[in-house]
Amino acid sequence: MGSILNAEGLACRRGMRRLFREVKFEVSPGEVVWIKGSNGRGKSSLLRLLAGIVAPDEGEVRLATGASCAFIGHANALKDDLSALENLRFMAGLRGLSVSQQDVLAALQTLGLAGREGSPVRTFSQGQRRRVALARLALEASPGLWILDEPFDALDTTGTAVLGKMLSGHVAQGGCVVLTSHLELSLVVPDLAPVREWVLGATS
Amino acid sequence: MRLFTFAAPSRFYGLSGALLPWLWASALLLASAGLYVGFVLAPTDATQGEAYRIIYIHVPAAWMSMVLYLAMAGWAAVGWAWNVRLASMLARAIAPTGALFAFIALWTGALWGKPTWGTWWVWDARLTSQLILLFLYLGFMALVEAIDDPKRSDQAGALLAVIGAINVPIIYFSVRWWNTLHQGASVSMTAAPKMASIMLTAMMVMTFAFWAYAFAVVFTRTRAIILEREQDADWVRTLVREEAVDA
Amino acid sequence: MGSGGDIVKARSSVWRVILGRDLRMAGRRRIDALLPVVFFVVAVTLFPLGVGPEPQMLRQMAPGVVWVCALMASMMSVTAMYSVDHADGTLEQMVISGQSLVAIAAAKALVHWLTTGLPLLVMSPVLGVLFDVRAEALAALCLGLLLGTPILSLLGGVGSALTLGLRSGGVLLILLVLPLTIPALIFGAGAVSAVDAGISPAGHYSLLGALLILSALGAPLATAAALRIALH
Repeated sequence: MGSILNAEGLACRRGMRRLFREVKFEVSPGEVVWIKGSNGRGKSSLLRLLAGIVAPDEGEVRLATGASCAFIGHANALKDDLSALENLRFMAGLRGLSVSQQDVLAALQTLGLAGREGSPVRTFSQGQRRRVALARLALEASPGLWILDEPFDALDTTGTAVLGKMLSGHVAQGGCVVLTSHLELSLVVPDLAPVREWVLGATS
Repeated sequence: MRLFTFAAPSRFYGLSGALLPWLWASALLLASAGLYVGFVLAPTDATQGEAYRIIYIHVPAAWMSMVLYLAMAGWAAVGWAWNVRLASMLARAIAPTGALFAFIALWTGALWGKPTWGTWWVWDARLTSQLILLFLYLGFMALVEAIDDPKRSDQAGALLAVIGAINVPIIYFSVRWWNTLHQGASVSMTAAPKMASIMLTAMMVMTFAFWAYAFAVVFTRTRAIILEREQDADWVRTLVREEAVDA
Repeated sequence: MGSGGDIVKARSSVWRVILGRDLRMAGRRRIDALLPVVFFVVAVTLFPLGVGPEPQMLRQMAPGVVWVCALMASMMSVTAMYSVDHADGTLEQMVISGQSLVAIAAAKALVHWLTTGLPLLVMSPVLGVLFDVRAEALAALCLGLLLGTPILSLLGGVGSALTLGLRSGGVLLILLVLPLTIPALIFGAGAVSAVDAGISPAGHYSLLGALLILSALGAPLATAAALRIALH
């Protein structure tokens, strides 16, 4: 089976500093790729390049035709003034997914937020906001590529376990995940397998 | 990209360095010649007396400010479309000079207006458009200065410059419409004295002088930008080390 | 790429999605949304205080004053068009959503017009009356602003996208956008003066209309390009 995402020759600069160059990266269905590298190496920049937010200065990123790609970055992309339900409906609408009220409520329930769908996100804690952001993933149509930047941030043990189960389920259905995490995944989500580690090394 | 090998910053640096003395010399010679013809040789105007002579600076400056804006927008667009760094650097270097000429045109316009019509400023179409052009230059300079990331700065500047270039004819047309409608200013910069051929010569020479000056200044500024942007390149490091040894 | 029908459906739904969300949010922050209108009223009232209450002079000044203050007031809320979405990460999601960024930019401009431009338009005849503007001139003022305020929203969108995330953002945006709005100002205020002088304002309206069409076609494209540049 071919790869879902294929990138080569990627380079990235921040200001005048070059973060990395000649980066080659590939993800196939059923894989979980854990991008590692010390702080400031450009892990978040790489994820943004792979997600297509920024066009690469050099090289190219190819997403397999028909494959969907969902990105969740550091920021939760939630509006404080809207309720959890309204936020998720907006995201689904934006991505052209037709979801019913039931789907959204079910997604929130998976993330342990049942009963809070009507409250404005302003009233949620950091961890709860993260859960709302992650609930998006349960609404995605076919199992595609998930690109997640520090998804376990702000989550408590229950939240972490739920996310781990979501990732395992997604991968089992043929989806794939690219993520960064400063947590040691083998300790935090031991049931998640297989995890391929990929290190973002130094430049020339 | 073969077409653009001459656009390598290092090549440009060397080439422009060789040309600079010639450009400065030409600017000086042409300016002296132009000013001599304009202020000494050209006849006194029947209606406006000696004061009209300021147009030998005013008109070429106005032309330069407009042409330089197009050049700036053009190079910026090239830099954006084909990812040619040098083109973007050139655009940034042109902006202050273009703004300077716009300012000179306005200032000399005021100097002309006072003895001729009694006011320092008239809201005629050309002067007002010149003022708006100055704002467009200042806007460009402010935007590229405000953005730290070089690539974003170049691209945002290019987009703004192109939008400005498209809008300049629209703005000029609307200002002319406004001017004719309101019947206020019966004076106009277009009511220049009838052009004797010697007057035209003086203006052409001054225009060439300004061109030479513009090239000289823009090249100098571009060289400085190149050194700053390419500071990590080997050729720059070598150059700086050599200069430090010489000093 | 789907068939034409799919694309049309996608485009109309992105309008609905953006309009639905942004209008809902504006409805929850009604006071914030109406601040530009308050500014508009305050700014306009400063002029008689500055130049004196002589009715003939005020009547002559009115179109220019109302238009310029409408320009400024419109710029007040334009920064927020993209800065909030940029700060909380929603803008990134919009860029990779697969929806046309041009359509999103157009939708955002429409939202700005509905929340700022339209209220300004509604307020303008009231202010015109304060300046003793006659009925036909008032109508010209309103029609001019009806055509002009969308132009302000569209151009403001470009400026907002270009200056996204910059420290000097708000003031810089005003410096960049205001020169571009000068033609609209000239034709819009000119229409009222024309009516006052007994001349037909048809030429002014057609030119304003032409500017509106030009902006409607060009500004969303420029805004989309500027957004991509800004996210770099």
